[in-house]
Amino acid sequence: MNARAALAVTFFPFHGGVHPQEHKTESSGTPIAAGPIPAKLVVPLHQSIGNMAKALVNVGDHVLKGQMIAAADGTVSAAVHAPTSGRVLSISPQRVPHPSGLLEHCITIESDGEDRWIDRNRFDWRTAESRAIRDYLRDMGVVGLGGAVFPSHLKIGGASDGLDTLVINAAECEPFITCDDLLMRERAVQIVEGIKILQALLQAREVLIGVEDNKPQAVDAMRAAIAGCEFKIDVVVVPTLYPSGGAKQLIKLLTNKEVPSGVRSTDLGVQCFNVATVYTIYRAIEHGEPVISRVVTLTGNVERPGNVDALIGTPIADLLAFAGNKPDSDSYIYGGPMMGFEIPGTDVGLSKAGNCIIAKSSGLFPPKPAEMPCIRCGKCADACPAELQPMDLYWFGKSKNFGKAQERNLFDCIECGACAYVCPSNIQLVDYFRFSKSEIWAAEKSKKAADQARERHEFRQFREEREKREKAERLAAKAAQKHDAAASSADPADAERAAKIKAAMERAAAKKVEAAAAQVAADPLTPLDPDANAVPVAEAVAAPAPEPVAPVSQLDPEKAERIREAMEKRAAEKAALEAMSPEEKAAREAEKKAKIEAAMAAAAAKKAAKAAEAAKAQGDQADGA
Amino acid sequence: MLTFTLALAIMAILAILLGAVLGWAAIKYKVDEDPLVDKIDAILPQTQCGQCGFPGCKPYATAIANEEADINRCPPGGEDGIRKLADLLGKDFKALNAENGEEKPKAVAVIDEDTCIGCTLCIQACPVDAIVGAAKHLHTIVSSECTGCELCIAPCPVDCISMQTVGETVTTWKWRYPVIPLTVKAAA
Repeated sequence: MNARAALAVTFFPFHGGVHPQEHKTESSGTPIAAGPIPAKLVVPLHQSIGNMAKALVNVGDHVLKGQMIAAADGTVSAAVHAPTSGRVLSISPQRVPHPSGLLEHCITIESDGEDRWIDRNRFDWRTAESRAIRDYLRDMGVVGLGGAVFPSHLKIGGASDGLDTLVINAAECEPFITCDDLLMRERAVQIVEGIKILQALLQAREVLIGVEDNKPQAVDAMRAAIAGCEFKIDVVVVPTLYPSGGAKQLIKLLTNKEVPSGVRSTDLGVQCFNVATVYTIYRAIEHGEPVISRVVTLTGNVERPGNVDALIGTPIADLLAFAGNKPDSDSYIYGGPMMGFEIPGTDVGLSKAGNCIIAKSSGLFPPKPAEMPCIRCGKCADACPAELQPMDLYWFGKSKNFGKAQERNLFDCIECGACAYVCPSNIQLVDYFRFSKSEIWAAEKSKKAADQARERHEFRQFREEREKREKAERLAAKAAQKHDAAASSADPADAERAAKIKAAMERAAAKKVEAAAAQVAADPLTPLDPDANAVPVAEAVAAPAPEPVAPVSQLDPEKAERIREAMEKRAAEKAALEAMSPEEKAAREAEKKAKIEAAMAAAAAKKAAKAAEAAKAQGDQADGA
Repeated sequence: MLTFTLALAIMAILAILLGAVLGWAAIKYKVDEDPLVDKIDAILPQTQCGQCGFPGCKPYATAIANEEADINRCPPGGEDGIRKLADLLGKDFKALNAENGEEKPKAVAVIDEDTCIGCTLCIQACPVDAIVGAAKHLHTIVSSECTGCELCIAPCPVDCISMQTVGETVTTWKWRYPVIPLTVKAAA
């Protein structure tokens, strides 16, 4: 206790938090042991947030330790490497450390026992461009080892004007876990070398290393290691209070900057890296070693609790055997007791996110008491480090009222489990929050898919419409071309005569329409014969007069006579039609229709010819000019 | 008499003025499309499958908005979709009309590449252009764009298209509802 008091330094407490039993001393007593080289390694391909890495090897290939076996797919992704030398046994879906217990693609490697490294080269980061450094870290598979496995290369090279504070997260607030503690005790110098690289890359004006006060040895080791640094750096000791290791909580603790909802800490000039990530950045850059191993705490119901430097892909069963699993262990937690989950089986391979494996037994973890109704005591709100109202979020989640939950900032919940820890009714609040979150994500995804489908469907309709129009235009152009060819081959005098005839016919048609209209106006009792003016109207529409039609007042008597004659003829025809039998009528009707169609086609062709002639005339004029 | 005429005149002028304002507003702020149709369309799953009896989601949405069709004709939208439509339109929830089909888990069409003859009939049937291929060349379905409408199955002359249920993966997995419902078992 004395040691803890002596380390007190200024800090700025965050809201809420809990202090569960630490259970750290069980595993922190022994140094980091080298992990076993298992006979078979199951390396998951999806070991970072974002896209799954793409396999580069084939079944049967021989791989060397550190060889890239899967490349990053896109920006948000990280490469995966062979943890030891051996032969690729399979590339197939296997169980992975995930609460769902579902299968995901893994590369299974049969180790040859030689553990032979690939050629390693130091990366000259001082002269390299920022983009090259980012690509290098991505290809080295460097991801956040605190548990979120966010690709580290995405956090580098963002701000051009430098960073106010670089926060190194060494709080390790979750009970049972001691891997970062041991890493700092034993490899503090290398961690500080990594910090130097990061400080230079991010141009951080200040570096703060946050460590909880239950790790005095780690604090001493880090203080000794930072002694020679040329920039502003300090080890800040914070009180042991879960979840001080949450990024937002630690930033508040060290810098008194509160990261608002929906804002990234980078926007406030603060960037947070886990201490183990910094170590892997150092190993990758200065030694050319990709992330193929990590320190894992093996604790709980085992004979020899401690930390091992285990290869990624080591089956959990091998790790448990290494630590001496006791026979009464019934299940295994991947991660800490607050935020971790039970693995579906011990055949899964260790991933980069796996900082701790706890063997559970009923003695160590008594079964949870039954859930009781919420009494709205508000203890969860007092404990919430994100300053949310967990009892409301619980209520909305339970009643599947996700919109309301989202309005109350459900997505600011870091799922730390502090609320469930203090709940007197033993409600597993985080389960409701996770349920709500995944339902909202699924709904958003299906909404996106529906929007995409709608857009594609609408585009298809537009495209079909356009194709139809284009086809019609093409056909018309073809017809015009044909007619043009015919006209040009004919005698020019003929063409002229034809044009004259056409113009006259059009004038006549227009007059006929007008005369019919006049007749209707004069004698409204006489029913208008629809057939009588259907043809001329259609003709008039199909072939608009190329020159102004002579007004009615200028009708010359001869033409008026002709029209009257035609109308009389039509009336006689109509009378004959009335006398006909239905069959005859139908035949006549069809004949007439055919005639109309032929006339319309002829009119269209004539119009096209006329237009072509006009264009030609214009062309001649242009030539003359 | 003068006051009476004056009052009448003022009222008349006011009426004309306000009428002009309203008339101008009706032209200026004219709503082209019924916004209700868009709201309904947003709830529909956009599979464009035509199981509702309309040629696509938008026509069905229009029919619902015009009270020409019931809200329970969309099998891909399922019970959830009917509930949302009922909420939006202030109607009572109705069970899915069995004549239109039944709610199925999400599936995508898959072409058996050994059997496909490259006739392009399925390409023409796909409402979202999710099938690529050319005449006498192998066709394939872009599964990320496939809505699972099954419209490509009927036109295939060699029956080489089948529906495959999209299973849960680690990335699409959802946390389960933590409440375990109590069910009453009949006494043996």
